[in-house]
Amino acid sequence: MKILVCVKRVPFTGGKMVLAPDRKALETRHLGFTISPHEECGVEEAVRIVEAGGGESVVLTLGPAEAVEQLRDAMALGIDRAIHLQTDGSEWDGESTAAAIVEVIRAEEASGPFDLIFFGNESADAGGYQVGLRVAYALGRPAVTGLKGVKVEGAKVRCEQDTGAGRDVYVVPLPAVVTVKEGLNLPRYPSVPGRMRAARKPVVASSPARPEQNLGLVELSVPGGPGRQTRLLGSGPSAAPVVVEMLREIGVA
Amino acid sequence: MNVLVLTEDGEPSEQALTLARSWGATVHSLRMDAITPFAPDAIAAILQRAADDLKPAAVFAAGTDRGNDVMARLAARTGLPLAANVVAAEPGDPVKVTRQRWGGSLLETATLHGSPTLVTVAPYSVRIAEGAAPAEVDAGRYLQELDPRDMLVQVREHIDPPGGGVSLAEAKVVVSGGRGVGSKEGFAIIEELAGLLGARVGCSRVVTSAGWRPHTDQVGQTGTKISPDLYIACGISGATQHMAGCKGAKKILAINADPEAPIMSLADYSVVGDLKEVVPAISAEIRKLK
Repeated sequence: MKILVCVKRVPFTGGKMVLAPDRKALETRHLGFTISPHEECGVEEAVRIVEAGGGESVVLTLGPAEAVEQLRDAMALGIDRAIHLQTDGSEWDGESTAAAIVEVIRAEEASGPFDLIFFGNESADAGGYQVGLRVAYALGRPAVTGLKGVKVEGAKVRCEQDTGAGRDVYVVPLPAVVTVKEGLNLPRYPSVPGRMRAARKPVVASSPARPEQNLGLVELSVPGGPGRQTRLLGSGPSAAPVVVEMLREIGVA
Repeated sequence: MNVLVLTEDGEPSEQALTLARSWGATVHSLRMDAITPFAPDAIAAILQRAADDLKPAAVFAAGTDRGNDVMARLAARTGLPLAANVVAAEPGDPVKVTRQRWGGSLLETATLHGSPTLVTVAPYSVRIAEGAAPAEVDAGRYLQELDPRDMLVQVREHIDPPGGGVSLAEAKVVVSGGRGVGSKEGFAIIEELAGLLGARVGCSRVVTSAGWRPHTDQVGQTGTKISPDLYIACGISGATQHMAGCKGAKKILAINADPEAPIMSLADYSVVGDLKEVVPAISAEIRKLK
């Protein structure tokens, strides 16, 4: 199996969203970065499939120069090599992101198609819900979204989608595109030897041109509203009677 | 002028219809269950054909799993841009949208080009206004013209959820533990309190990443979004990722050793203290009532 996983570099947000002075991005000077959570599970699944049945796994990202950190993270977990579509850090909408990814996939597939392409169901930050499906359509491949179960069965893939009331099952032929959600698996932690190997694995970088954005960010804002008025009920175990009184007041005890 | 809305059962579609009506156009609707079992490419194909005939100014759907899925397929088929999870969309050229990022922890204003305008409406973010029922699209004739390739992706089987009881999303009371619980075994006191209140147990992302609880228990942007009458957060700091999942709770009680933790000012009630002492004390106090 030849598998591609597409990931996005996103900041770890803490307790509060703080905007950069131009209000077009988060203030990230004091934040760490990670692979968007759904996609971490895509990386783990790709590594497991190749571990079990052989083949090759490739990770791809579109993002700034620093996003190479997330490519190394994925390779530390066992991905074989990486493709970096480097940007100047400005935002790309779903349409242009997908177009750039399709172009590099077509070039890669001169040596044979990816049997399975993983995306996150949506990125943690922009949440556009579309890149994976746009890529699938451009390549003419079946796509199933929001998966909590992915199982390759011969020339097909069995896909399980959590509906909130059980699971819907799809079976589609390979090659296919799947978008996954956190909970698909429990991603492993990178080992020290894994990190050392990752440092030597190949990263091929290119810088696609950013087209005109049809969905163009104007400004970000932190939703306001009145918020909640917090009432301190007490400190330590002696607060218990006051808590229970409150529980009775609101009718849950 | 026409607008077209892809509808499902439930409130999010009422919210999408409300936003669609605000465009002052004739509202047409296509039902998501025009094909059963669900077949997303086929629904997108029918939506595209209906849009070719009606020439709507915009196509709306609820920002549910299926709504976002089908609208992204429509966007891919038509080569149009799509704005997911909008809370407002003003007609114009370009259309001005306000949309959710970070599971609703951040809002974005953006310009959206393309005609028709394609948007999904963020669930539970628009106040429902009653209005005239939409004119329902007769999907019958489009069904006959479907390309068999659009039936390749279709639900083959449904697996019922294991066990019984209410789901986390529907629970009236949820008692959650975070990093402060300290271990898998530490959840015994959380489970005890949940048992006494007839509540479901939840947790934060740190807990599922550590393997202490299954992902199905996770409350948050990448877990389950809940809207209980009461949410009790024990040893949870209140990161935006977590609050995106529990902000729908009517009341929040936070129990945390750190009075400066973000959740202590985001909750309705707070108790400062070690959850390992406070939670059993609350359980003991409830037992006295029974």
